[in-house]
Amino acid sequence: MKVTDIVEKLGLNVFSGHEGLGREVTGGYASDLLSDVMGHAEAGTVWITIQTHRNVTAIASLRDISAVIITSGEKPGDDTIAQSNEEGIPVLGTELRTFELAGRLYSLLG
Amino acid sequence: MTFEYKVQGGDFTHAGYASSQVKKMLKQLGVDSVVIKRVVVCLYEAEVNIVAHARDGIISIVLDTDTILMKLTDNGPGIANIEQAMQKGYSTASPEVREMGFGAGMGLPNISANADRFLITSEPGTGTALEITINLNSAAV
Repeated sequence: MKVTDIVEKLGLNVFSGHEGLGREVTGGYASDLLSDVMGHAEAGTVWITIQTHRNVTAIASLRDISAVIITSGEKPGDDTIAQSNEEGIPVLGTELRTFELAGRLYSLLG
Repeated sequence: MTFEYKVQGGDFTHAGYASSQVKKMLKQLGVDSVVIKRVVVCLYEAEVNIVAHARDGIISIVLDTDTILMKLTDNGPGIANIEQAMQKGYSTASPEVREMGFGAGMGLPNISANADRFLITSEPGTGTALEITINLNSAAV
């Protein structure tokens, strides 16, 4: 499945990083602790979080994460958007809470 | 080959710069992606520790044909009890740093889990020094 399929099926906003919408997605990881994601998220996953600052895209880039989904209607910061565009890592958004979004993504990736 | 990077305490905007540069370099050299992952986890955690705790620090990367040695030296508060600092969940990070999702007490354990060799020395009131070595030609820890 590609990032763009997830955007379409879950009705997500695309804040930035449009260039990366064709990236392959192999799984998901939900966490707001950056070291947890750093240590345990696999490459190719979609990362679900309420964190919005630039270190999110830094970690996504370092760990080859396919896309970031920001939950609860939070918006990414300007420097997060800038890095997302530079590196082609989509930053997506939803009004749903992490639990609901993770459940839907889990079913989708089944 | 030796490379040096300066790290500024408190500058979270540029945290991860050295890690990103080293990742690109190893990728260009064709190093196995599992090994690159381990290098990146170690270096990023160590880099963020300087940003979160110290006034400033220096990262020196010594790249050999079969190993990468990462030395990180900071001017910071130092660690009084290293054994305690190495425990999962123990952190002295500020509330602001924790709010960003850092300071969960997972950094040093992450480094320890991914390094082939990890040395940490510290002098309270002066600073902390880390030496992390990873073999480039084997994927297993």
